[in-house]
Amino acid sequence: MASPRPEARLEPWKDPAAEPYVRIEKVTKKFGDFVAVHQVSLKIYRGEIFCLLGASGCGKTTLLRMLAGFEQPSEGRIWIDGTDMTGIPPYERPVNMMFQSYALFPHMTVEQNVAFGLKQDGVPKAEIRERVAAMLDLVKLTPFAGRRPHQLSGGQRQRVALARSLIKQPKLLLLDEPLGALDKKLREHTQFELVNLQEKLGVTFVVVTHDQEEAMTLASRIGVMDHGEIVQVGTPSDIYEYPNSRFVADFIGSVNLFEGTLIEDEPDYVRVSAAELGGTFYVSHGVSAPPNATVWVALRPEKITISREQPAGDEDNRVQGVVAEIAYLGDMSIYLVRLATGRTVRITQPNIRRQAAVSAERITWDEEVWLSWDAASPVVVTQ
Amino acid sequence: MVAQGGPSTLFLAGLRGWIRAFGPYRWASDRMKDWGIGGRTLVIGIPYLWLLLFFLVPFIIVFKISLSDVRLGMPPYEPVIQWVDSQVIGIRMNLANYAFLFEDPLYRNAYLNSIKVAAISTLLCLLIGYPLAYGIARTGASWRNLLLLLVMLPFWTSFLLRVYAWIGLLGRNSPFNQLLLSLGIIDQPISLLQTDIAVYIGIVYSYLPFMVLPLYANLEKMDITLLEAAADLGCRPTKAFLTITLPLSMPGIIAGSLLVFIPAVGEFVIPALLGGPDSLMIGRVLWEEFFNNRDWPVASAVAIAMLLLLVVPIMWFQYAQARQVGVHR
Ligand SMILES: Nc1ncnc2c1ncn2[C@@H]1O[C@H](COP(=O)(O)OP(=O)(O)OP(=O)(O)O)[C@@H](O)[C@H]1O
Ligand SMILES: [Mg+2]
Repeated sequence: MASPRPEARLEPWKDPAAEPYVRIEKVTKKFGDFVAVHQVSLKIYRGEIFCLLGASGCGKTTLLRMLAGFEQPSEGRIWIDGTDMTGIPPYERPVNMMFQSYALFPHMTVEQNVAFGLKQDGVPKAEIRERVAAMLDLVKLTPFAGRRPHQLSGGQRQRVALARSLIKQPKLLLLDEPLGALDKKLREHTQFELVNLQEKLGVTFVVVTHDQEEAMTLASRIGVMDHGEIVQVGTPSDIYEYPNSRFVADFIGSVNLFEGTLIEDEPDYVRVSAAELGGTFYVSHGVSAPPNATVWVALRPEKITISREQPAGDEDNRVQGVVAEIAYLGDMSIYLVRLATGRTVRITQPNIRRQAAVSAERITWDEEVWLSWDAASPVVVTQ
Repeated sequence: MVAQGGPSTLFLAGLRGWIRAFGPYRWASDRMKDWGIGGRTLVIGIPYLWLLLFFLVPFIIVFKISLSDVRLGMPPYEPVIQWVDSQVIGIRMNLANYAFLFEDPLYRNAYLNSIKVAAISTLLCLLIGYPLAYGIARTGASWRNLLLLLVMLPFWTSFLLRVYAWIGLLGRNSPFNQLLLSLGIIDQPISLLQTDIAVYIGIVYSYLPFMVLPLYANLEKMDITLLEAAADLGCRPTKAFLTITLPLSMPGIIAGSLLVFIPAVGEFVIPALLGGPDSLMIGRVLWEEFFNNRDWPVASAVAIAMLLLLVVPIMWFQYAQARQVGVHR
């Protein structure tokens, strides 16, 4: 797993004086009548690994292609390193891209593919050879240097594409689903390598993915996209713990969503009555919504405690139900508990002790249980 | 390319099932399997057998004639194999016809001229056809088919008619001449008829589709993201064309060039109708030997020599293709 990076801890986006490396302002892209990207504004800072996360077809690649210069925005502007990119062709941008389809040159060897970018800049031959060798070493492709792309496996091709986009040491690297074709082990390894590279070369990454786990691992910040719009931007933990909408809460990780009515709204807490829950939520954060407004409460499965005994305390933040389903996943177990209202709630619990050792006291099917959670755990969203 | 599934595959699967259930088919296919002949051998084998038969048999006949002597009468050549008496077969081989080809500069000049005309025409076809094919391949899907159709449209009329039409277009009374005369640009009508230029125009016009179609097929399936990748790595469009598009379209260039070059070398109709008396091409020499001089043995030797001349580029094509297969699979 990637460790938090010093840059990430510096959090330049919190500093209003910081100059963004990439500034996207109200960019819209239309294909005919179809709006692929709608009014996107983003600031991406030097040294960030910024992940664009969203469902298939939500406009991630299109946004990336506008940064690379393959598509012109229908509206809005893009600045890279303080320069307005309007009308600047791809071959003059300080940007390299790794394509979703790799786009390796089929008539060139791995080595020639990787060297291509340097050749365009008229780098001396000896230096090209040296840098290509070093890069192939980095992506562990040295034994394949003389092969053509069709003689490689999917994962190897992906690494060639990565090497080719890295060789020029661009200031801004755009990666479109860089790790999709890799197996889980190699994927984690390459994620780690990417983070290392980023530290070593000081490159700013914009990474497109629809794998939320990958985004969580890699990103300094995540931009969640939905139907061409950026719906939330934040650090992985911001996005996970404080989603700003039902869509984000639902998209990142799994969540139990309850529709409810705001019955008490104070600056430091709210109380929501949820018919589906058959009870009330007491949430220790304020909400900006009119009284009696319809809101949604998002509760993560791992933040719910499941027990046979009735929890102590008052009536809020607990509910009774019957275990309908249990799935044992090794590192954790998933419980589906049916409430009196008919609603099913998902709970995950880490398997701290071995299952066999606790089989007698383990909660099983059809048992009556109590669910409870902390007041700080639920998140109230208004849209 | 991923095969497009859907109705056609379903249809084929249905057809196959139906054929399998058909008794005689089963019997035949079982027998074939006993002999080690599969369906693939069969579908490849039968056409090849056909081609081989109708290439080889005439070839052998012509080759035989080329080794014999002229004589008056029908057929106008001596037989090569003769029964000397009832048991002994006499074979009389006469290589003089081939020697004659080397001696008389007419033939050498005709061969060289044919190759020159074919090569220049091929180059002209490539120069005109490549941008055309490229343009068609890069236009929107709705226009593409129409443009392709227009390229193939001349095939709807007879080849001979189209060449005849050029006589009218290149002659003294052509519409061009009349237009130029009436505009006062020229005061004497110009006739291109019976010149080498007319032959080039005729060949390039007639064979252009054979250049455009393979090139189009090649350029159309090229992945545009490759050019984007090149641009992304700092390559300007012209250079991207030279380093990416051109090498990748090599199989199309080779296929198109051979489809133009090979028939153009042996072209008879176009030089006969449009060319002058001195535009000596081997096809014409061949015709004259056969039908004017009635010297079949020499004519056959000319034909065999031309075939050998064409086999070389075909073999080279095979070699180049085999290499390209390695690149593209
Ligand atoms: N050239 C184009 N013409 C018309 N529509 C397009 C074009 N390119 C993309 N689109 C549409 O724009 C939308 C966004 O496409 P995009 O490729 O950006 O999706 P994506 O988020 O990258 O999806 P994925 O995760 O599947 O790669 C899609 O609905 C797509 O059909
Ligand atoms: Mg995409």
